[in-house]
Amino acid sequence: MPLLSVNKRMEPSNRKLVTLASFGLPILLWTLISYVPFLWHPQVKVTEPGSVSYFREDMLVDKELFYQELDKAEQTNAALPQGDPANPVYLPAPHEVITAFYTSFTTEPKRRSENWLHESLWSSIQVIFWGFVLSSIIGIPMGILAGTYDFFSRLFEPFIEFFRYLPAPAFGALAVAILGIYQAPKIAIIFIGTFFQQVLVVANTTRKLDPSLLEAAQTLGAKNKSMLFRVVLPGILPDLYRDTRILLGWAWTYLIVAELIGTSSGITWFITQQARYKNFDNVFAAIIIIGIMGLTIDLLLAWLGRRLFPWQKN
Amino acid sequence: MKHLNLPSYLDQAPEVKDRFDRIKQRPVTLEVKNLNKHFKSTQGGQEKTVTALKDVNLKIHKREFVCVIGPSGCGKSTLIRILAGLEQASAGQVLLNGEEVTKPGPERGMVFQGYTLFPWLTVKENIMFGLRESGYDKGTAEGEAREWINLIGLERFENNYPHQLSGGMKQRVAIARALANRPKILLMDEPFGALDAQTRAKMQAYLLEIWKNIDITVFFITHDLDEAVYLADRILVLKANPGEVQELVEVPVPQPRSPEQFLSPEFLATKQHIEDLIHPPVEDDDDDHLNLVRMVHVNDDVGSVF
Repeated sequence: MPLLSVNKRMEPSNRKLVTLASFGLPILLWTLISYVPFLWHPQVKVTEPGSVSYFREDMLVDKELFYQELDKAEQTNAALPQGDPANPVYLPAPHEVITAFYTSFTTEPKRRSENWLHESLWSSIQVIFWGFVLSSIIGIPMGILAGTYDFFSRLFEPFIEFFRYLPAPAFGALAVAILGIYQAPKIAIIFIGTFFQQVLVVANTTRKLDPSLLEAAQTLGAKNKSMLFRVVLPGILPDLYRDTRILLGWAWTYLIVAELIGTSSGITWFITQQARYKNFDNVFAAIIIIGIMGLTIDLLLAWLGRRLFPWQKN
Repeated sequence: MKHLNLPSYLDQAPEVKDRFDRIKQRPVTLEVKNLNKHFKSTQGGQEKTVTALKDVNLKIHKREFVCVIGPSGCGKSTLIRILAGLEQASAGQVLLNGEEVTKPGPERGMVFQGYTLFPWLTVKENIMFGLRESGYDKGTAEGEAREWINLIGLERFENNYPHQLSGGMKQRVAIARALANRPKILLMDEPFGALDAQTRAKMQAYLLEIWKNIDITVFFITHDLDEAVYLADRILVLKANPGEVQELVEVPVPQPRSPEQFLSPEFLATKQHIEDLIHPPVEDDDDDHLNLVRMVHVNDDVGSVF
């Protein structure tokens, strides 16, 4: 079967291959740029300063500057500087990042008051968790009510529709003023970023429930309360679960902004700190760790979803 | 069928006539009095009132099987939805055993064309739904549900989810689910419309079997003439724009029914009559034909299909 045919699944072997390529191609590009000298490499890493007074070993200088100094040294017959083409410090090679995965966990914090990486990660997870759980506890019931009863739809949705256009980070200063500088304002930002979308998304999902199921339940004698708990709720559960998964992804995107508020903390503190020390391999490792955690949680929830709702066709 | 020499649909054999006389002696289960239904619709920015049903009067007796047939837009779906209580009449009354119907209730079971089984419940749990709503405890409801499952022959599927069943099986579950509530009347809105011909025939036989053995009055909407004549004691023929009762036909085909009767003179005569009612013979309609010219080459190896 050809690789490109509209709305048809590829053969399983090809699917696996293309899935691998989805990750493989970006990594391949990164590897090529990192290890093939004539691709990009706009700088030179000095191995031998020669006669250039301000060159030091392992120093990164722009290619142009290096060749200027090289010319100068050649003309004056002084000792020639030597160096290899290199990429800027902000683009570490794959092997450096892979090592950093390990070393960033084992490197002791520079100051006693600072956190280990695993402590920073744990702090981030807590912020996400509480922000998202608090939002869900209030947002999901409100969404279901708004999707079921026109009364609640009119009561909640116009204001929420307005509020969701206000960018969550804009409330940072306010959150700090009210909630202090530690975890609370960060949780509040995650909450604000998630909650308003959540109510609207859940309301929409609830509205999409097949109305004939509600009519069937009515003709079987179901009253208001059991309509809600025995028809609407189980009816939307698989979609609600899927919405929650997507919204959790959104909550992650608010994490970095949230952690910059008040005292910088968590994985964001780690990233900014490492960037300050120019340990960009650690920065990359930390960013990739966030990605891996997000993806892992999502895959886990997807797997769990298939088990929780056996009545779903797919 | 025009050239066949058919008897009048009004001619009833003595035993058929006798049966109709006895039916009319039975108590009235459902009475529809001067029912009207108007919709407001906006077309092209202009608001106008559409009359879906106009002055519908009808009496259905206990354990009678009534089919409703009519052209599209005759309001047959609106009528059954009002009977179920899912829609409100603009004027008039619906009485079930003398009590006015205002909202949906378990004493009027409904079977929809789209099955409407709850996908998150198994076959057994679907049938238990109404029983649990009427306050039966779990054990009793489960016992009753099992009996219904046996009755519709789906023992092997009692723990399956609806998406694992065929269309015919789903509709059997839906019928059992409605009947488990012991309704006075079973309202069926084109229940077999989505099934293939073979399954449909089987389902018709099942339904007649159920109707024979259970204390139930059936109100059945269809657009299939054969189905209506085969199943019904009486057929309510509706007219479109506005939806009005055109005729209430007493089907002269003797009971109990069997598929062999499809070609009996009474059957064909009734079918012919209803056919004429819902598709009155029209003079050649100029707007309603295709503008085709011959598009096959004269010398083509199949020059003509005849």
